[in-house]
Amino acid sequence: MRKYASNGFYAYLRRDLLQSHRRLGEAASPLIFFVMASTLVPLGITPDPASLAEIASGIIWVFALLATMLSVGGLFAGDYQDGSLEQLLISPQILVMPVLGKVTAHWLITGLPLTLVSPLLGLMLSLPEAGYLPMTASLALGTACLSLLGAVGAALTVSLQKGGMLLALIVMPLYMPVIIFGAATVQYGIDGLAWTAPLAILGAMLAAAIALCPLAIASVLRLTSIN
Amino acid sequence: MGNPSLISIENLRFERDDTTVVSCDQLHVNVGEILQIEGPNGSGKTTLLRLLTTALQPQEGTILYCGKSIAECRFEYLSDILFIGHQSAVKLTLTAEENLAWMAESDLSSAASLRALESLGLAGYSDIPCYKLSAGQQRRVALARLLLSDARLWYLDEPFTAIDRDGVKLLERCMEDHVSSGGAVVVSTHQDLDVQDVRRYSVLGESLLRAYS
Repeated sequence: MRKYASNGFYAYLRRDLLQSHRRLGEAASPLIFFVMASTLVPLGITPDPASLAEIASGIIWVFALLATMLSVGGLFAGDYQDGSLEQLLISPQILVMPVLGKVTAHWLITGLPLTLVSPLLGLMLSLPEAGYLPMTASLALGTACLSLLGAVGAALTVSLQKGGMLLALIVMPLYMPVIIFGAATVQYGIDGLAWTAPLAILGAMLAAAIALCPLAIASVLRLTSIN
Repeated sequence: MGNPSLISIENLRFERDDTTVVSCDQLHVNVGEILQIEGPNGSGKTTLLRLLTTALQPQEGTILYCGKSIAECRFEYLSDILFIGHQSAVKLTLTAEENLAWMAESDLSSAASLRALESLGLAGYSDIPCYKLSAGQQRRVALARLLLSDARLWYLDEPFTAIDRDGVKLLERCMEDHVSSGGAVVVSTHQDLDVQDVRRYSVLGESLLRAYS
């Protein structure tokens, strides 16, 4: 039983990473979206460093959220279409572990690169120096939350042909607490306040999401499949 | 009660939108048996197989595995079955060998998967991404699971789709070998199987019965 549990996690983590490795262009598109959308802000609003510095943290967080949301929709779609989701549902293992493996792969492919590239965008948007560390730390924890919550929405919309907009409507309310505390962490850092406090709340959210989201995803996937 | 059948179905009913898709009063699958499920298109062959794999839940009736309800011994039952459906679950971006590795979900030696691919005529194709393979070859990758699994019960839904004549023979030999070593096969197909001791079971959904009468 234990053997199955751990293998399910690594088997699906490995498989999804390998698949993205084969389709690097597709895997990189959330990151490119993130960078390009953030570039539009100085062009569209103002290139003035002082004004940009005020909104930089919020902009980076909003676009990180959108990039995650756009990419998470396909998390189970491929598996649903080619029959591997059905194979997973009838395999003798605890569904939670493969699901967690898939979400982890999604974070490694989208959330982690977003986090790593965010200082560059900070530079472009004239983010004050004190904001860099809080931003990277909050994005690291926050994007993991976004992947987990988004996966619940992806599971709910898996059987729909065009579930993209519905997915957005389902997950955006769930994303609100994450962005509130994520952007607050950066702002606290800039203002010289104790930014570890909102970061700790983000960490608590992530811990809760890791514990609860895979359970929700697993039962939603079971529900969608029996119809 | 003697020796119970491997699978016994009793009064199984599955409805979708007020139409009975599957209605099966009594059906047994015994060890060493190949059961062919026949019926016209839309008669519920796939639905019956999906009920057997627990991918669908019936509204009425029970499926017994070795005399126990499959809900009671779910884990044990699922470890003992292998289902290959219409959708082959082959990931097109992965190579044949990588596909087998994740499908097996256990420590699969590279030699074993190469052997399985070789005996299905895919020697030399093991490290090519599956999207470069033909439909029949992709099907063969999925069927290679049969040789690697130690499941006793095989559920095959139209396994001969896109498979050439040699492949059909190969698969028939596989099925015979499997049943002679204590397994059982439930297969839905329109073809006449060239195997020993095949038993046939016809399904006819209510919608079709109504159309015929």
